[in-house]
Amino acid sequence: MCLALPARVVSIEADEMAIISLEGVKKKISLALVEDISVGDYVLVHVGYALHKVSEEEAARTLAMMAEAGVLASELDEIKGAPA
Amino acid sequence: MNAIDPNLPEPDNAPEPHSAIDMTHGGGGRAMAELIRTVFHRHLANSHLAQGNDGAVLELPPGRVVMSTDGHVISPLFFPGGDIGSLAVHGTVNDVAMMGARPLYMSAGFILEEGFALTDLERIVQSMARAARDAGIAIVTGDTKVVEQGKGDGIFITTTGVGVIPDGVNVSGNLAREGNAIVVSGTIGDHGLAILSKRENLEFETEIQSDSAALHTLVAAMLEAVPTIGVLRDPTRGGLAATLNEIAQQSKVGMMLDEDAIPIKRDVAAGCELLGLDPLYVANEGKLIAICDAADADRLLQVMRTHPLGQDASIVGTVVEDRNAMVQMRTKFGGARVVDYLAGEQLPRIC
Amino acid sequence: MKYIDEFRQHDLASKVAGAIAKEARPDRTYHLMEFCGGHTHAIFRYGVQDLMPANVHFVHGPGCPVCVLPVRRLDDAVELAERHGVILCTYGDMMRVPGTKQRSLIRAKADGADVRMIYSTQDALRIARENPDREVVFFAIGFETTTPPTAVALVQARRERLANFSVFCNHVLTPAAIQHILQSPEVRDMGTVRIDGFLGPSHVSSIIGSAPYEFFAEEFQKPVVIAGFEPLDVMQSTLMLIRQINEGRNEVENEYTRVVKREGNTKAQDLVSDTFELRSSFEWRGLGNVPYSALRIRAEYADLDAEKRFTLSDKASREVKSCECPAILRGVKKPTDCKLFGTVCTPDTPMGSCMVSSEGACAAYWTYGRFRTNTGGQGATEDIVA
Repeated sequence: MCLALPARVVSIEADEMAIISLEGVKKKISLALVEDISVGDYVLVHVGYALHKVSEEEAARTLAMMAEAGVLASELDEIKGAPA
Repeated sequence: MNAIDPNLPEPDNAPEPHSAIDMTHGGGGRAMAELIRTVFHRHLANSHLAQGNDGAVLELPPGRVVMSTDGHVISPLFFPGGDIGSLAVHGTVNDVAMMGARPLYMSAGFILEEGFALTDLERIVQSMARAARDAGIAIVTGDTKVVEQGKGDGIFITTTGVGVIPDGVNVSGNLAREGNAIVVSGTIGDHGLAILSKRENLEFETEIQSDSAALHTLVAAMLEAVPTIGVLRDPTRGGLAATLNEIAQQSKVGMMLDEDAIPIKRDVAAGCELLGLDPLYVANEGKLIAICDAADADRLLQVMRTHPLGQDASIVGTVVEDRNAMVQMRTKFGGARVVDYLAGEQLPRIC
Repeated sequence: MKYIDEFRQHDLASKVAGAIAKEARPDRTYHLMEFCGGHTHAIFRYGVQDLMPANVHFVHGPGCPVCVLPVRRLDDAVELAERHGVILCTYGDMMRVPGTKQRSLIRAKADGADVRMIYSTQDALRIARENPDREVVFFAIGFETTTPPTAVALVQARRERLANFSVFCNHVLTPAAIQHILQSPEVRDMGTVRIDGFLGPSHVSSIIGSAPYEFFAEEFQKPVVIAGFEPLDVMQSTLMLIRQINEGRNEVENEYTRVVKREGNTKAQDLVSDTFELRSSFEWRGLGNVPYSALRIRAEYADLDAEKRFTLSDKASREVKSCECPAILRGVKKPTDCKLFGTVCTPDTPMGSCMVSSEGACAAYWTYGRFRTNTGGQGATEDIVA
């Protein structure tokens, strides 16, 4: 459930609203559920609301973890002499 | 008793010019004739209409004659990249072209709702005139009816097109064969997203325009280069997925698509993500699918890419043997999925 | 698309798939429940199961608020639209779900009821402002992700004194549902439904945090990995679960750290506790009565509660006979076990919610699973329910 997308905040508006952009497609959403959002931040958007700020460092860390998983697997391959 | 001199002007009581359609416009009387003359004949001007008859005599070159009809009920009437008028013209030109025929004549029937603004009608008819002129086709006969307020969504247009198929061309939905290449003429989902961006309660700001266009010159170029093309179809309602499934069922074959090869604009992809829509099911109004021998695919692609409406043409898949007539796709991610018929219209989702 | 495309990369997928294949022990099977319907959708849409070894099975959970909404509540929504003349605002997902006698919101709309599909509760508020002489009811559904937006609407409506706005609340809670499943006889005693671990929901967790799952890991000795929404997240989380299972650990791990913190979004949580309170019991389609699993509007906001503003009739709501949605939702039966599947019940003519919702087990199985040919992956698993 809960289709939510990370999108970039391009402007902050009145009444706790903001404009987000996903590849140039812009939508006005509410910031009522989050705090300390600035232009340029990425937020998770669900039914017209920002739910959470997206952490750049954590995203990079997660991707690195995934890449590492593969490194480990290929090392195991070498040890076992198995086809990749 | 005072006689009123009929020649005296009536100050302050002169009738206002009509600003909206009312029931007299459909009554067959003078108001209707005026409407036809000032709006329809004026903008759609051609020698057939000028004769003022109920029908048009057509002169057709030799060959198999094709006829196709389509009703247009779109809302909103005006959208980025087009309107119901140009959409109607393009739609019918394309229907005829997808039979492999050269479109020659069109008719247009209008059902107008009482209260429909005349300025809107005029704008739509002008747009149709322009689209027809650009496509080199004439709207030679038509009809107008008016329905009571509440009984029609502003305006409904029905267009019928007539064309002729050149010798040697045989196009039909049941002619897809195992091993054939599946070609798409350009990016998918543009039209559907453009419409949705204007739908109430879904508004989002975007530069996405409808791709509504007349494809007959592209088709002509394609058939000249590869006369053995077996299938041509435009993926309108229901998108690429619906059209490919129809063809698969008609031809009793399966299909294997390559998601990486399917052209889509970045902002269209993003708009689909935002609304939870699958672009494979989003409508197109200026794109076509062609299925041909694998050996001819590269040459066909070359020809398509030199045409303004085929610049992003791409080979998106292969026809395979499958008695269940399933359309499947290798995803960008690496796994495979089925691309099925959808039940009804795809609705934006939160889940 | 940043933070989206990176998590759909094919080459990373192969790497993680390789790791899963190596670490999944060949002498056992792994049954992992993806609680969230969105994960099921991702698994099928990207063909994730093709990249899994044959001994790794995904068990589909009831995390689909559309699927678990009791028929009676849907009938109530239809009644509000049809007999109370309100403008009923609803998310798109609910439009086609069939209620009693196949009556859905889309049918009600066709018959003249004013049902309007919206994207956000902000739209519902706007409709209320623009139609001051009409009653506007927002049909609220969803788990903890979707509840805070309803809370905001209640607070704003109160602030603006929007007298014609009210909410028909059907929000449900994830941990209660998970607990109910884990405590069910099929899982706990009979072992008919085997669950070795959970893929925790992505966006519910961004709101409630990872802390609430610690109870399950402890009490039921099952590992939980909170998984992101993209297919790479699902695969990485699967790998993390397999590792926990192999190592005999029963912890809560978080793969979706880019938007999930242990404490979650406290601002959203506070807004929700200001406006809602627990119902002592709520009937879930398929799961029956689940205690403390749903929310109702607090007394302080009673004037905005549609259930108080309108008198809804007592209903004898009925499921279609032979519809196996209840068993399918609990993972006890497969879609193909249902007599109606593919015959009377198809996506064109859905009999129950599992077929209507695009994440319902039956819809997923129909759309993506039937006639699946083995596409040469490491071992495509046909089952979506263990």
